[in-house]
Amino acid sequence: MDKKLENIVQALQEKFSVSVEEFRGEAHVFVKAEQIIEALTLLRDKYDFELLSALTASDYFPQETPRFHVIYQLSSLARNVTVQLRVPVNGDQPKVPTATRVYEVANWRERELLDMFGIQFEGHPDPRRILMPEGTEGHPLRKDFPLGYEEPQFTFNLDEIDLRKPYAKE
Amino acid sequence: MGVEQKLGDMGIVTTKLEELVNWSRTNAMWPMLFGLACCAIEMMAAQASHYDMSRFGMELMRASPRQSDLMIVAGRVSRKMAPALRLLYDQMPEPKWVIAMGDCASCGGVFNNYAIVQGVDEIVPVDVFVAGCPPRPEALIHGIVTLYEKVKGEKFKDLAVVK
Repeated sequence: MDKKLENIVQALQEKFSVSVEEFRGEAHVFVKAEQIIEALTLLRDKYDFELLSALTASDYFPQETPRFHVIYQLSSLARNVTVQLRVPVNGDQPKVPTATRVYEVANWRERELLDMFGIQFEGHPDPRRILMPEGTEGHPLRKDFPLGYEEPQFTFNLDEIDLRKPYAKE
Repeated sequence: MGVEQKLGDMGIVTTKLEELVNWSRTNAMWPMLFGLACCAIEMMAAQASHYDMSRFGMELMRASPRQSDLMIVAGRVSRKMAPALRLLYDQMPEPKWVIAMGDCASCGGVFNNYAIVQGVDEIVPVDVFVAGCPPRPEALIHGIVTLYEKVKGEKFKDLAVVK
């Protein structure tokens, strides 16, 4: 782990009693959902992490429970370090408090996570889908979302699929 | 009087009104700009000096649907784009035609997933499908000439305006 990062991670450990994993020199800090806003605020104000460079999620279904990790990748340009915060979230009612009040850039990122994974962000100013059209069913990046949209047509099933296709009328 | 004295005796040419109209339509077809992905690059190439689509009466790509009668859907159509595509089609004046250019517009192509419309014929009625990924400019021009053959055979009574 980066020397500059060690005392930051230690401070997080003391304050929030988080667990830390290291992967190729990068620290992954596991934070509880109810502590994430406090942790982000601390990192932003005290340790100069002024940039939320990525806010994304991962679905580890069916291997792991809780299945989702919401991932906050923070960068400090002043100190030239990055740190990753991970919030494990349960599958049936995935809920995380919104980070828009700490990092305004989180707004569209959280909408994307709502759209693609169905993770609710409590207190989000504009909780709508961002990529898929309104009225889409399901959340496409979940592991249990079907992969193919439509069965490929071959000679043996061409007519059968053709009947089901919603062709446009004039 | 007048014109015969200037041009000499041209005789009389007779034709059917239908054929005259269809001939004029094929020689002044204005396509609408609808480049959505990499197929649009080939569409631009088909327009440029090497292939020169204006040989077939297509000088101008119109940016407005109200001034065009051919829609070349060049590229994959996402589900969010689909209502916009239908709206533009509805704004085009009759008679109008659609070419689905490339595999993605024709059947979804390699994008068999939640985001892409599996063939633009789910949204608008398509006259000619051009295969290829992306089709070369020759293929697009062949598609257009195929469309011309179709237009030349059209009857007034079959047009949507008459119905």
